[in-house]
Amino acid sequence: MKMRKFDTAVQHLKYKVLREVARQAWNGSLMENVLDIPKTIVPGKSPTMRCCVYKERAILSERVKIAMGGDKDSKSVIEVIDIACDECPAAGYEVTDSCRGCLAHRCESVCKRGAISFDHNHVAHIDKSKCVECGACAKVCPFTAIVNRKRPCQNACKVKAISINEENAAAIDEEKCIGCGACVYQCPFGAITDKSYILNVIDMIQKSEANRKYKMYAVVAPSISSQFVYAKLGQVISGLKALGFHTVVEAALGADMVAEAESRELAEKGFLTSSCCPAFVSYIKSAFPALEPHISHNLSPMATIAKYLKETAGDARVVFIGPCTAKKAEAQLDSVKPYVDAVLTFEELQALFDSRDLDITSLEEDVLDNASYFGRIFARSGGLSDAVAQGLKEHGLDEKFTLKACACDGIEECRTALLKKSKNVLDANFIEGMACVGGCIGGAGCLTHGEKNKAEVDKYGREAMEKTIGDAVRPLNIGKKNNA
Amino acid sequence: MKVTVCIGSACHLKGSKIIVEELQGLLQKRRLEEKVELAGSFCTGNCGEGVCVTIDGAVFSVTPDTLGDFFEKEIAAKV
Repeated sequence: MKMRKFDTAVQHLKYKVLREVARQAWNGSLMENVLDIPKTIVPGKSPTMRCCVYKERAILSERVKIAMGGDKDSKSVIEVIDIACDECPAAGYEVTDSCRGCLAHRCESVCKRGAISFDHNHVAHIDKSKCVECGACAKVCPFTAIVNRKRPCQNACKVKAISINEENAAAIDEEKCIGCGACVYQCPFGAITDKSYILNVIDMIQKSEANRKYKMYAVVAPSISSQFVYAKLGQVISGLKALGFHTVVEAALGADMVAEAESRELAEKGFLTSSCCPAFVSYIKSAFPALEPHISHNLSPMATIAKYLKETAGDARVVFIGPCTAKKAEAQLDSVKPYVDAVLTFEELQALFDSRDLDITSLEEDVLDNASYFGRIFARSGGLSDAVAQGLKEHGLDEKFTLKACACDGIEECRTALLKKSKNVLDANFIEGMACVGGCIGGAGCLTHGEKNKAEVDKYGREAMEKTIGDAVRPLNIGKKNNA
Repeated sequence: MKVTVCIGSACHLKGSKIIVEELQGLLQKRRLEEKVELAGSFCTGNCGEGVCVTIDGAVFSVTPDTLGDFFEKEIAAKV
């Protein structure tokens, strides 16, 4: 049975573009062949996705640009492909078939624009050229037959950063956008997409001259345990080394380091919000600036382990590979930039493997084992809280300080907790905030999202050789005197 | 003298944590902490030979069982 590699055909299309761009880059022929990539992907004369092959190819050229890093002038990691975004007429208010064709016509009376008319069955219709989306008709309909069908992107964006511009295309407010990628995953036309740094990674690998000039480190997020399910995790590790990475390190080890420090910081300060999820941190800063002083001072697990590598491994280049688009933005922060050289998603890693025709299922299984159970379960909602509880216990702080964690997954839950905290009515002393539903396993850069992903992460956690945070972190202190 | 212990995944599974802790203990016991600098490294590229310990560029394969002899011969005797 052929295992499914992606959830949707949109991801598959994006993957094909990334794979072709990467393939040309490895061969050093990208500049020469870049204009031919759309035709390589849509070779025929009959359109398969849009009105004609020319539009398909025009959109593909835009996808190629984004695969090559996108708009360099914009700091945002999410971009809208305007010409791909014009096929959502469903936006706004619509009459559903719940309309009974009643006599009262409250909808018509309330509409100041005269946008409502009735057909021969007395069923209401809204004239979109007149409607201004005020919603008055929906409010007065006794059958709730008029609904607001928001665009999937606007529905997905829980921070309300998406509006519709004059050209009827989605526009992202960069001040509000937290980079979570929910719109990227939800847009049925693939019109919103995350910028790729795949070329930077290929360039770094090539210039490392097989890790002689400097060493390439891949830091992989623990949610990888729920990805690449058609192969063994050990084969993914072999695949990364075959691509040209010197070695692979668990971001979960950075999570162990964070749990150790965060539990101490929490006991000292009495209240914290987590700092692991860059989209959550960015949401606090933009929507609840008064709570910013409560954000944990720890770097994220990605940045923590990357910092360790940069400080101990000599000349190193660190590439984080995970489920997250917001990590791409985090890596641009001044506090993180010195440690993380590039961020890839699991989607992009799949494209990298295939750009080298690497069938990872045929490779031997390598090993990946440094982090503890607790570092690994950061990948799913509730894991960070469990790890902080464990950290308090290991430090002997659990007698003095009782953890009351509020684990939130999805921005809506985060907002509720932050709102309560800002009004001082939150019954918790720690907010674990993850922007994606389910935690990192729900990330937009995942290949697949499934019911079993949480169980996969827990299983991966239990397989860790180290059972405590302290045991996982202690070897890292080798260079520090009197710290054994 | 700089002694680097590989703490990458393959060596970790073969007991690098024990090597690190015992080396720290031995150096303290023999009062060699000032003369020997310990460091960790993620993978020295000899995963089959773990636990890899590098002394001034030379790679040795050490196990928790052979650590005692290794310490006397390669560290204590040469420092």
